[in-house]
Amino acid sequence: MEGLAPDLWPPIRLTIELATTTTIVLLIVGTPIAWWLARSQAWWKEAVATVVAMPIVLPPTVLGFYLLVALGPEGLGGALSGLTGRRTLAFTFEGLVIGSVIYSMPFVVQPIRNAFEAMGSRPLEVAATLRASPLRAFWTVVVPLARPGFLTAAVLGFAHTVGEFGVVLMIGGSVPGQTKVLSIAIYDYVETMQWREASLLSGGMALFAFVVLLAMALIEKRVARVGV
Amino acid sequence: MGFRGTLGRFRLDARFETPARGVTALFGPSGCGKTTVLRSMAGLQRFADGMCRVNGETWQDGALFRPPHTRPIGYVFQEASLFAHLSVRGNLRFGARGSARSGAGLAFDEVVDLLGLAPLLDRAPRHLSGGERQRVAIGRALLSHPRLLLMDEPLSALDRSSRDEILPFLERLTARLALPVIYVTHDMTEVERLAETLVAMRDGRVQSVGPLRQLQSDPALPFALARDAAVTLDAVVESYDAEYGLATLVEGGLRLVVPCSALPLGQRQRLRIAAADVSLARVPPQGSTILNILPAEILSITPAGEQAMLVVLQPSLNGPTLLARITRLSWKRLDLVPGDQLQALIKSVALAPR
Repeated sequence: MEGLAPDLWPPIRLTIELATTTTIVLLIVGTPIAWWLARSQAWWKEAVATVVAMPIVLPPTVLGFYLLVALGPEGLGGALSGLTGRRTLAFTFEGLVIGSVIYSMPFVVQPIRNAFEAMGSRPLEVAATLRASPLRAFWTVVVPLARPGFLTAAVLGFAHTVGEFGVVLMIGGSVPGQTKVLSIAIYDYVETMQWREASLLSGGMALFAFVVLLAMALIEKRVARVGV
Repeated sequence: MGFRGTLGRFRLDARFETPARGVTALFGPSGCGKTTVLRSMAGLQRFADGMCRVNGETWQDGALFRPPHTRPIGYVFQEASLFAHLSVRGNLRFGARGSARSGAGLAFDEVVDLLGLAPLLDRAPRHLSGGERQRVAIGRALLSHPRLLLMDEPLSALDRSSRDEILPFLERLTARLALPVIYVTHDMTEVERLAETLVAMRDGRVQSVGPLRQLQSDPALPFALARDAAVTLDAVVESYDAEYGLATLVEGGLRLVVPCSALPLGQRQRLRIAAADVSLARVPPQGSTILNILPAEILSITPAGEQAMLVVLQPSLNGPTLLARITRLSWKRLDLVPGDQLQALIKSVALAPR
């Protein structure tokens, strides 16, 4: 009986790191976008919403291709990475974060936007008439009232990043400790006929997906029962 | 203050001044723009051509526009709009937190006491009745220490019994606070119970502004000619006869005897005398069951619809004018003309229950 490959853990740790970073960045970037989409009267806001939603339908390879060009030495990423003395953001952890943020954006923006829209403008008006500055109103009224939306967004953003493969393959390659996340690791194990490792990781991923989706359903059920 | 502009197909052109004390009712049919005026005063809505000055302080004029959270107002919405994620106490505290201690400086306990909120404090808004919710909303607005209280039909979303439950609270509130209130409503009953000043609106325009009583008894305005025309009096309890359950209330030279439960002496009490409850006689009737018979002079007589005439009366002992709605036949038979001295027989005086 051969032992497990010693490099089983690094991909898991890397995946969790990537998904956590991506989720945090997404909540910070996605919330203002969701706010604007929920509140703006601009006629072109649905065009912006569509751009945000496009990763849902685009093949990951298309997204990955554009990202590769953008992050590479000739693109914006190359210019940015020059600051840190590197030639490119492609095939780096930072590059993966940027790619994941764009790839998982719709799954974070949509639930938050829905929560903002369901809330309407009344709570904000009430807060304003009670002398709450817009910033205070946001933290003390909007965030708590939209909490289920934020929770859904965070869980979906995390889970979706864990589950990404195509984009990572295109812009990350398989650099151990840098870009070799779980999905890539499984692919590599299968390529090299290491079925045990592949099935172990695959089973873990399947279990993770089940738990996440079940938890989501339960959260939503509870929110619906309690009411807002 | 004044606001002018269009919202979709609706044109608003409202301009009026009102005393910075007591209750001013913004009255008119739904869709006449009264809520829009109130929202503009709060800064929740912005008309480019708007002007709002309160107590010498400019809130909006030309390019100047103070955002709502910098205006020292309290706002009570039609629906209570409590924060669902906070308890009743949390909602009240939210109002108290953001504001400087100025204006009507009511303490937390005072407001809780005034509005009877003590048993509700730890409940969640979704477990409250409509009337309770609105009481909390009023308390929350008061605790933000406003210098002007804006109320947008606070009773219209409530059923009849909740309304009857809240009206006395509002009366007590407005009587006790030195806080000017702008009260939007389409219900004349609420105007008659609460307001001192009336701003009548229609189709986005202000039709008339003035002390409630003056507008009520002006035969050139629709109020006096309506079937349910009435005058309101703010009388003081002079004495109370416990044996017969009768209070004597005085305003100016006018002295009225009203059956009611015991009232503390010296208390101010709002009375309503419907025009239809006042009859006229040339000579004082003998052996009448009517308690309030006052000598008065006719100021004017105006046709009010097909069958009725509206008579405006000045009681001889001075005091507020009264209205009498009589039939055209009686008017002909008695041959009434302005200047006639006669007797006003007041069949009933309504006194708001407390």
